[in-house]
Amino acid sequence: MDKILTIALSKGRIFEETLPLLAHAGITPIDDPEKSRKLILDTNQSDVKLLIIRASDVPTYVAHGAAQIGVAGKDVLLEQGGKDLYEPVDLHIAECKLMVAATDEAKLAKKRLRVATKYVKTARRYFAAKGKQVDVIKLYGSMELAPLVGLADCIVDVVDTGNTLKANGLSPLEHIADISSRLIVNKAAMKTQCERIKEFISQIEHAVSTR
Amino acid sequence: MSELEVTDDRWLLPEGIEEILPEQAKILESARRELLDTYESWGYELVITPMMEYLESLQAGTGKDLDLQTLKVIDSQNGRMMGIRADITPQAARIDAHSLNRTTPTRLCYLGTVLHAYPNSLGGSRSPMQVGAELYGHAGVESDIEVIELMLETMKLLGIKNYHLDLGHVAIYRDLAKQAGLDTRQEMELFEALQRKAIPDINRLLTEWKVDNRMHTRLSSLAKLSGGVEALNQAKTLLSNAGETVNTALEELEKIAIKVNQRRPEVPIHFDMSELRAYNYQSGVVFAVYVSEHGQEIARGGRYDEISKDIGGSRPATGFSADLKTLLNISSKTQVKRSNQKTIFAPYGDDESLQDMIVALRATGEKVISELPGQKGDAQDLGCNHILVQKEGEWEIQAIKKKR
Repeated sequence: MDKILTIALSKGRIFEETLPLLAHAGITPIDDPEKSRKLILDTNQSDVKLLIIRASDVPTYVAHGAAQIGVAGKDVLLEQGGKDLYEPVDLHIAECKLMVAATDEAKLAKKRLRVATKYVKTARRYFAAKGKQVDVIKLYGSMELAPLVGLADCIVDVVDTGNTLKANGLSPLEHIADISSRLIVNKAAMKTQCERIKEFISQIEHAVSTR
Repeated sequence: MSELEVTDDRWLLPEGIEEILPEQAKILESARRELLDTYESWGYELVITPMMEYLESLQAGTGKDLDLQTLKVIDSQNGRMMGIRADITPQAARIDAHSLNRTTPTRLCYLGTVLHAYPNSLGGSRSPMQVGAELYGHAGVESDIEVIELMLETMKLLGIKNYHLDLGHVAIYRDLAKQAGLDTRQEMELFEALQRKAIPDINRLLTEWKVDNRMHTRLSSLAKLSGGVEALNQAKTLLSNAGETVNTALEELEKIAIKVNQRRPEVPIHFDMSELRAYNYQSGVVFAVYVSEHGQEIARGGRYDEISKDIGGSRPATGFSADLKTLLNISSKTQVKRSNQKTIFAPYGDDESLQDMIVALRATGEKVISELPGQKGDAQDLGCNHILVQKEGEWEIQAIKKKR
């Protein structure tokens, strides 16, 4: 008897862009997460389930083995350290950039910057590497507002099209990292269900390379 | 209202610090005895290491990870920094090198609570009960095999099911990194990426550093070389020209796997060439035990010949350790065995013959609980299944009929 393989995903863009990759591995969900309120989705394969959770929770679920496999943004992995996980494949989906943004370049010249972000550790690490001491203000959303109301000098956030920044009079100034979603794997699962997981990984790799 | 709230949580324990209540304590204590008796029968001598000692010896040869993990206090007598032990292994190495100072192989085992500044996993314990065994004074794979076997025996004794043995070797990566000309910082950065098997990151770093193609392929292949015996064979082919150190390491892995498989064919073996646990202080083969229901390894160990050099010795060393509390959480023995042991209730009384009876019973190993005058609850409420009853001047044991 095969054990259940659980794959953790977040709703929205990551889910939509992961579906074709899963389809390549022969996995299609039976329920639509946008319509269903179920958090565990059945798939066409009786021993594969999808877990629908918040993007920032995906690494936690996978590290603990609540899911064997997950799809998580590199931004989340950078922020959470993620050394308890394997991240063998770059899925090249949900691509964007992690950037420093402000109203203008002059704002970044200040000695001690106030940085608004939800990526507290990543921001601190980035500025430390540049030899800059900063005060980080943790926000949970609508980062773009912070510089406008004088809460912060700049923000660190993921930038896709840059439209939100533009609409709020901010411009992306410094590039921190390229972000895309990674396939992440629980360590114990990789070792105890090696064949099955490796097979899955190679199917996904193939799907990514032939897309 | 506010006063209530302030004082209400004062009894809470610090995060990650737990107590063990009677039912669990009983299981844990019997496991502890069973393990230490087994280690004794394999010739491993018990050592009880100090709760704290000076940082220099506590962390000899172990690197930054353990330093961050150690809680510190100042010795007010001389201003030196002491650490509360976060890992017993370096302490055992010090005992071998300085306190015992033998030339023969020395086998030591230990069991004690260590303290961690932060838990090793989310929501994990900061006060694991570390149990382990170390073998000093022999450099060959034979001692590694012995220690691995003892580690697997530990799993068996504790009733853990479906465990896998994971094997790796730090010399492979260390030597390849040297051959590729990586500096210490690059070596650590690549190591981090390898631990995550983050192949895209590994390739990016190697390209950035302009590592030549041949070494690039070898280093990045490490992340993929994991699996059953086929992974070892693949490694032998891919790394066949990678130099003597790498080849010796692969041979060692093969020897160990063959022997362990002969002796314990029921344990699946998994090879992982990028598994470099405790890279800072391991020097040879590294091994671990995994079960599928636990995200991290549940027991770990390896060869660490460098620690003793750091404290002035030169003893090769290999060993393993685990957190007994984690192991028992996974084990099937977590149910208290419904033992046949009697728990006897002795009614309150000054009668000398009753006291004699109680003393005699306890001397034979029976468990007797004395009633206290005016106490709440009866024999059954105290968990007793037998009671002492006086019949014609003689005290005798009667089974209690269950009232509920």
